[in-house]
Amino acid sequence: MATKAEKDSVSGQFTTGHEWDGIKELNTPLPRWWVWIFFITIAWAVVYCILYPSWPGINGYWAGTKGYHSRTEVAQELEQAKAAKAVYLSKLKDASLDDIVKDKDLLNFALAGGRSVFNENCAACHGFGGVGAYGFPNLADDVWLWGGSLDDVRTTISFGIRNSNPNSRQSEMPAYGGGDVLNDAQLNDLAEYVLSLSKSSKDAVAAARGQAIFANNGCTTCHGEAGEGNQAVGAPALSAGVWLYKEKDQKAAIISQVKAPKQGVMPSWADRGLDDATIKELTVYVHSLGGGK
Amino acid sequence: MSFLRHHAKFETNVLLLMVGILVTVIIGGIVEVLPLFTIQETIENVQGIRPYSPLEQAGRDIYIREGCYVCHSQMIRPFRDEVERYGHYSLAAESMYDHPFQWGSKRSGPDLARVGGKYTNDWHVRHLTNPRDVVPESIMPGYKFMHRPLAYDDIVPRMKVLRIVGVPYTEDDIANAKADLEAQASSDANTEALLQRYPKASLGKKDRTSEKVTEMDALVAYLQVLGTMVDFTTLKSDAIR
Repeated sequence: MATKAEKDSVSGQFTTGHEWDGIKELNTPLPRWWVWIFFITIAWAVVYCILYPSWPGINGYWAGTKGYHSRTEVAQELEQAKAAKAVYLSKLKDASLDDIVKDKDLLNFALAGGRSVFNENCAACHGFGGVGAYGFPNLADDVWLWGGSLDDVRTTISFGIRNSNPNSRQSEMPAYGGGDVLNDAQLNDLAEYVLSLSKSSKDAVAAARGQAIFANNGCTTCHGEAGEGNQAVGAPALSAGVWLYKEKDQKAAIISQVKAPKQGVMPSWADRGLDDATIKELTVYVHSLGGGK
Repeated sequence: MSFLRHHAKFETNVLLLMVGILVTVIIGGIVEVLPLFTIQETIENVQGIRPYSPLEQAGRDIYIREGCYVCHSQMIRPFRDEVERYGHYSLAAESMYDHPFQWGSKRSGPDLARVGGKYTNDWHVRHLTNPRDVVPESIMPGYKFMHRPLAYDDIVPRMKVLRIVGVPYTEDDIANAKADLEAQASSDANTEALLQRYPKASLGKKDRTSEKVTEMDALVAYLQVLGTMVDFTTLKSDAIR
């Protein structure tokens, strides 16, 4: 029912001029501040469309008067970040590994960078904090396959192990399996002897027989007279009680490794795109994990 | 602001109201539709983007079936923090054969747009079987059941459907789909033709005579190709402006 809009005596506002069963509706306007902000946002949108990339056209789009481009911006930000780190990075580039370890500031920088690179690239196999996994050596202990000095670690990271890089660490444990070289009984005795080196053999008699097999089959050439290992050829120290292929039945694991050895590999990180400074950071970090010599 | 009071004219005249609605919808429609005509110019002209191989496509279907996109995005935004963590920001071209795309914006887990080649196949299998085995703090569920055989009898119709929506599978691709799928998962197969059709495909090492292709093989093949098709070392920066 249309009536005339009239002023409401209580609120002081006009009514809409509608009436239903005697009920009238107030026509309270939106608050001024709200209306103004609404118009300002519209005006801002127009200004924004002029300043920044916005409208599509027939041949391309309106690029905006500020020349903003998100992909250019991210490139600039990366450059800036690089420049901010340049002081340390140039120092890292020139410093020897020993220098880095001695310079406390540089060491902190290298450790922080190394940790992040490690988690990004190495932790997939060696675990966070270098704790290792089945087939992937623990980097936080004192036992090293290819040496735990700064230089050794750096060489291993740069060139890797048993890959196509000519400088990579190469060695091959021969297979003694198939009955050609050692039969099952001999393998059993040998495994007992290897276990006895870390005082975990339960059969002293078999271990004694195994000692001769160990000595007569060339095991000592790489693993040493007393199974102390040889880092020059990546031969693990058998006396350390640390097993790369650790299993519940360690004797069976040893027999399997003698019969058909697994030859673990590691990629060359220089080939995979880590630059010299990054490899130095990584070296210092891995060295710091606990077992660095 | 007396001009605002004119809305009463629209509200009391049905015809005028309809014309007003029509005009508004047309403007909205133009704003939404017009950019699509320039899409060719939006997609960067880069080399290397190819349709997914049959095994990768089967893996992608599993990715979608299991709702991986609920926690993982596949879109590296052009920001410094993203680029430094995940690698080069994603290009429009890299998802041009994705139906549907998996960009997403929810990241309970990391972005996967460039996960390809970052880990080994073995790592992926261990991780998918029980994520805590390799990432102790992971909250991802395990997908142990994916060691079951992959159902791929319908890979040909699936590829044909994708062709209808614009993925350029050739007759040759479709005729060889099943053989390619099996070859990509196997160690002993001749993969020359496969790699010709689908360069950079990640190869599995199943012994075909004794083992069936599993869902795990398919998903890992898909994950291993993500973000690897474009060679960013040779890409000129003005090609992707």
